[in-house]
Amino acid sequence: MRDGAERHHILTVLVENKAGVLARVAGLFSRRGFNIASLAVAPTDDERFSRITIVVDVASAPLEQIVKQLDKLVNVVSISELAPEEATERELLIATVEAGPAERGQIVQLVGIFGAQVVDVGAEAMTVVLAGAPSKVDDFEDLLRSSGIVELQRTGRVALPRLRGRR
Amino acid sequence: MRITGAQALIKSLEMQGVEVVFGLPGGAILPVYDPIIDSPIRHILVRHEQGAGHAAEGYAQVTGRPGVAMVTSGPGATNIVTPLANAYMDSIPLVVVSGQVATGAIGTDAFQECPITGVTMDITKHNWLVTDAEEIPQTIAAAFHVATTGRPGPVLVDVPKDVSNAEMEWYWPGSIEDLDLPGYKPQVEGDPDLVRQAAELVLGACRPVIYAGGGILKARGADALRELAERTGIPVVTTLMARGVLPDSHPLCLGMPGMHGNYTAVTAMQESDLLLAIGSRFDDRVTGKVSAFAPGAKVVHVDIDPAELGKVRVPEVAIAGDARVVMEKLLEVLERAGIGPAGSKPPAGSQAASRPDLSPWIAQLRGYQERFPLAYDRDPGSGALKPQFVVESLRDAAPPGTIVVAGVGQHQMWASQWWHFEEPYTWVNSGGAGTMGYAVPAAIGAKVGRPERTVWAIDGDGCFQMTAQELVTASAERIPVKIAILNNAYLGMVRQWQEMFYEERYSEVYLSPDLPDYVKWAEAMGCVGLKVESPEEVGPAIDKANSIDDRPVVVDFRTDAFEKVYPMVPAGHSNDDIVVGPSAGEGGR
Repeated sequence: MRDGAERHHILTVLVENKAGVLARVAGLFSRRGFNIASLAVAPTDDERFSRITIVVDVASAPLEQIVKQLDKLVNVVSISELAPEEATERELLIATVEAGPAERGQIVQLVGIFGAQVVDVGAEAMTVVLAGAPSKVDDFEDLLRSSGIVELQRTGRVALPRLRGRR
Repeated sequence: MRITGAQALIKSLEMQGVEVVFGLPGGAILPVYDPIIDSPIRHILVRHEQGAGHAAEGYAQVTGRPGVAMVTSGPGATNIVTPLANAYMDSIPLVVVSGQVATGAIGTDAFQECPITGVTMDITKHNWLVTDAEEIPQTIAAAFHVATTGRPGPVLVDVPKDVSNAEMEWYWPGSIEDLDLPGYKPQVEGDPDLVRQAAELVLGACRPVIYAGGGILKARGADALRELAERTGIPVVTTLMARGVLPDSHPLCLGMPGMHGNYTAVTAMQESDLLLAIGSRFDDRVTGKVSAFAPGAKVVHVDIDPAELGKVRVPEVAIAGDARVVMEKLLEVLERAGIGPAGSKPPAGSQAASRPDLSPWIAQLRGYQERFPLAYDRDPGSGALKPQFVVESLRDAAPPGTIVVAGVGQHQMWASQWWHFEEPYTWVNSGGAGTMGYAVPAAIGAKVGRPERTVWAIDGDGCFQMTAQELVTASAERIPVKIAILNNAYLGMVRQWQEMFYEERYSEVYLSPDLPDYVKWAEAMGCVGLKVESPEEVGPAIDKANSIDDRPVVVDFRTDAFEKVYPMVPAGHSNDDIVVGPSAGEGGR
């Protein structure tokens, strides 16, 4: 994991699926000078609502104040903070790596080990996709880096609480 | 019934029981102004949109009903940003309707376009951009619901011109469920377990203080507070936003705490072993240096906004709930423990019977009140007119129930210190935001809301110059407010800080007593203008001002420019460092 991971907090925020809601949520962080490490937003199974998954890198005390302020937003329906050990987290990585004919085998082997997929192949490069736990995605990215990354994009993590202990 | 969005908007305001709107029309809001002609709603045409916002705030502060203001797009909307910020800081229910350029023009830098929902996102409780005329009744109903429930605050509804012009089928939402606010659920009831814990602390405290804030006024909780104080015998400090929530003449009322609070109120909190903070928010102007604030006190904090709990000081008991509801529940729990009506003895064997005796604590506070009363030099050899003397003279000549309105600065502090507030909702000022220029428009709004009351604005010369043009509004609309300018020819509070903390280097604070000529200016605006230069002229001028009830009056009091506000806790210092001032108790410790 990267430095400062112990200060990482995952918030899942259920919001109304309306214009401007993301700006209100993001604004609460920016006006306190906190950087959002990653953010993912998409509608839920109920189209009236979206779920925003935010990973922030702050100490617990200011976070408690942010959570309370988030809860005050009229468009925010509910918030929960997920401890990493109690959450199922996933992130998607898509990367184009340098891969001439000589290096392709090595990349394909890596893809096999991580359970990733090759989605595009060119003469000197290939594009691979991995969905997985963020730490696994980190490891995959590190290994790809030694092959030479042309372009890389990660989605930011999404998360739901683990079922263990829930009824 | 098919009507336009504009007609639906006005009809929605009528459905909300709105009786007055403060505003100023312009291009984008033009369609909405047309049906105002046919509406029973009174529209008061201000001279600047900031005046509309502050007038609506003053109206809300004295009536408890939401204030309503209407402005056009662009600069009209940006001019009301300060009132929105002010209302957000002081939790004033305010509904602002702004015009917007037509939906097709949004984002094109159209004439008088400004993205006001973005600008005001962080200083409103919520705002809405209406994109379909069908949404208007529901949005207006939701706006009033959000502004007035939970922790009250300002909201803004931005209505594009084509939406106002479009036709819709009229309806009115039947219930709160129809407002489509799935994320909005204010907590009103306090947790009973926490209320019981609070009662335990009350029953065990030797040196308790009730730290009463403006939230009690918002919750219409003055009676519950009085009952709580009288039954428990606990003294009460009333913050700047809560002056009048308990009468100043009440034996348990210690007056205002904070940077310019009186010695007893400040020190009672410092030495307390229990603070019952109710509807108050540990503002830095109250706490001074937070780490040194009331160091020996346990804290029970009651606030309807959960985000206030633990924001500044971590309380032993944090109760999210309405101040009045929680105090009433606390009274019930205390009654079961043996604390009955004031004066009654707790039954033998009850928990209250073994409660610590508060009389040494009260005696200690009485000693402070005798040794360190508020004071100023009542007999300066120079014959200078003391601003505190003006406030006392205004107070002593004022009819019962007079509403006092202030701007921000020295005059505000003197008004809060020297007036005797005997009922709730008779004190209107800008507390959290510290908005200079608040007094004149807020006084107009207060007089509109309470026309039977005398309304005196106690203003500073610096403040007056910021919003005085609204006296034209007052004259034209026959709103006979009275304005007392404590004219010391300076931005006085800034001057005081420069004298005390910047080695008397007076940078850009001198205003001149004669420029402008306040009497001529008042007369030009249709008011009666009076000038007072010596203590002997004060009484007659106030009597004359009080006798005029058909137009606004402005009295220019030429006060001592060197007078400072005391007591004072220097910013960032502990409240233990309170300076009572040169003319007060024990040589000004």
